[in-house]
Amino acid sequence: MGDKPDYTKQPRAHQTGQSLAANGVNERISSFPDDDGHFGIYGGRFVSEILMQALAELKSEYERLCHDDAFQAELKSDLANYVGRSSPLYYAQRLTSSSGGAKIYLKREDLNHTGAHKINNCIGQALLAKYMGKPRVIAETGAGQHGVAAATVAARFGLECQVYMGSEDIERQSLNVYRMKLLGAEVVPVTSGSRTLKDALSEAMRDWVTNVDDTHYIIGTVAGPHPYPMLVRDFQSVIGKETKTQFAEMHGGLPDALVACVGGGSNAMGLFYPFLEDRSVRLIGVEAAGLGLHTGEHAAPLSAGNVGVLHGNRTYLMQDENGQILDTHSVSAGLDYPGVGPEHAWLKDIKRAEYVAVTDDQALDAFRTLNLLEGILPALESAHAIAYGMELAQSMSAEQAIVINLSGRGDKDIPTMAKIDGITIT
Amino acid sequence: MSRLTKKVNSNVASNRKTLVAYVVAGDPIKELTVKLMHAMVDAGVDVIELGVPFSDPEAEGPVIQLAHERALKHQTSLKDVISMVEQFRRKDKDTPVILMGYLNPIELMGYEEFSIVASQAGVDGTIIINLPPEESGVLSDYLEKHDIASVYLLAPTTTDKRAAYVTSQSRGFVYYVSLKGTTGASNLDVNDVSEKLFRFRKISQLPIMVGFGIKDAATAAKISGIADGVVIGSAIVKLIAAHEDDLESATSEIVALLSGMRASMDESSTVLK
Repeated sequence: MGDKPDYTKQPRAHQTGQSLAANGVNERISSFPDDDGHFGIYGGRFVSEILMQALAELKSEYERLCHDDAFQAELKSDLANYVGRSSPLYYAQRLTSSSGGAKIYLKREDLNHTGAHKINNCIGQALLAKYMGKPRVIAETGAGQHGVAAATVAARFGLECQVYMGSEDIERQSLNVYRMKLLGAEVVPVTSGSRTLKDALSEAMRDWVTNVDDTHYIIGTVAGPHPYPMLVRDFQSVIGKETKTQFAEMHGGLPDALVACVGGGSNAMGLFYPFLEDRSVRLIGVEAAGLGLHTGEHAAPLSAGNVGVLHGNRTYLMQDENGQILDTHSVSAGLDYPGVGPEHAWLKDIKRAEYVAVTDDQALDAFRTLNLLEGILPALESAHAIAYGMELAQSMSAEQAIVINLSGRGDKDIPTMAKIDGITIT
Repeated sequence: MSRLTKKVNSNVASNRKTLVAYVVAGDPIKELTVKLMHAMVDAGVDVIELGVPFSDPEAEGPVIQLAHERALKHQTSLKDVISMVEQFRRKDKDTPVILMGYLNPIELMGYEEFSIVASQAGVDGTIIINLPPEESGVLSDYLEKHDIASVYLLAPTTTDKRAAYVTSQSRGFVYYVSLKGTTGASNLDVNDVSEKLFRFRKISQLPIMVGFGIKDAATAAKISGIADGVVIGSAIVKLIAAHEDDLESATSEIVALLSGMRASMDESSTVLK
């Protein structure tokens, strides 16, 4: 078989407990992916032939625009004046006192325009579409947050926009569906498969296959075929860059740990990436354990899944013994996805990042706690990070400090919470 | 020489246009598939593409998506599909069978194990839709070792440079996806296909089968006038869906459709001679 590794037969790094160096990875971790989009065995470009050319073009256009002054200036200006960056780094004093232990800082992505980190990537990709001369954009959405962000930037740049959304999710998220319509986007119901995010992603890929000449596909997370995991990470890494500077000014030095929730993993990757070479900083991703990892009703492929190929990349997946993708469960729709970005899969295997999982109930408790102690309404996704962050802080000393990414605000989750509390909102 | 190469090359040599038929294994019940494969061969089919059901068939249109869903209702697995081929081979030693699907079930089974068991069962080739040749080095080595052809796709968006690479990696034939879009899409433009095939023929000698958008005998005849063969998928699967409760009728309608295609393809290639 020559010297090529057999992905399906060789014991994987996480199975053998080997470190990065033992795996022969001597390059800087932050220099990945390789030219073909691989993070170790993960990532890559597993798509139909029809898309290969479009992906190659997207990659070369993106690489060109990384060094294009006009593009970078426009991006910087929109992040400042349209998104409202930089977002604050906030020392959560009462949360810190209540947890006892390490100082807790919150990176306030919830204060961005449209209320979450999703807009950072959407602004970047809409600009890409504009520079590539594509008049139409499409997006997939689960809870509707990425759909709203995509519809927002489409309005901002005068692009036609269609958003694919599972019919189940459309019913659960009527507010965001209406919001997208107000923004001039068309929401296309997806009735295949489990009628949720993964099916919306498949359907968006089908649209792109058909309309690849005039359409740019704005993928909402660090998944999908190369170059998406790389370019979404790059657009989101503004989170980590700001955090680094802000933390040094407010506290001095580097934080001891970073904590972020992981569905597809874009807010986590955006926070982690600028710290990858700072080995003293622990990077911790928090997945959705749903009703508990032992129940199978969860969305935690890194904690309880195995390796496979879906939606254009090799990564950890939730799948059955025949390789069919499983339905997931999480109280937070934004984490309800059976895969995860390939860079996270790799960071897990080489032990540069750690991944844990938090149940629905733990996230709901953290949601309430942050409201009561800090007057901040977090998204249920972000509440997973808060829940683990409080636990982590408790186990650390008062001289230490952690940063939790507050990736979005929780206004969208009020109906869910009210329902849990048995309150009818009209 | 492998069964697939032999069949395709002898067709090319005798100017018989190759008729390739696609069904999803286990659609709508596991018991139908092998019977249907034999019936399709009797109707004049040269090569069978057997779809391996997958929960997330990203490149399929609605007709074939639903077939995957029907097959998965009773958990038709990759192992089941391989044993269907084994069963088919007991009676038919000549008709090449290609498994067509998505990488994940094969990835989970393991490349080497898949290559061994598929080869033992009598599988002749694979078309893995979400596996371009760039990503398939390891798997294609195992497949080659076990005499299974890796068939790759060309698309309207494939550049000349890429076409040279893809055809150099493809075995048996190369599958030209004649439309931008998913399976079962409409608006096939014969002139456009003809132009593209002219371009690809200059790049490679490999026989070219054309699929996507061929619905009836007339289109099949037109396309087979310019290609080495045609692939019929959604048109067959649609008949299964329409007669889900009466599989005898489904089978006889599929046989009628394919016999009609066979006849008009033979007629048009006679004219060309």
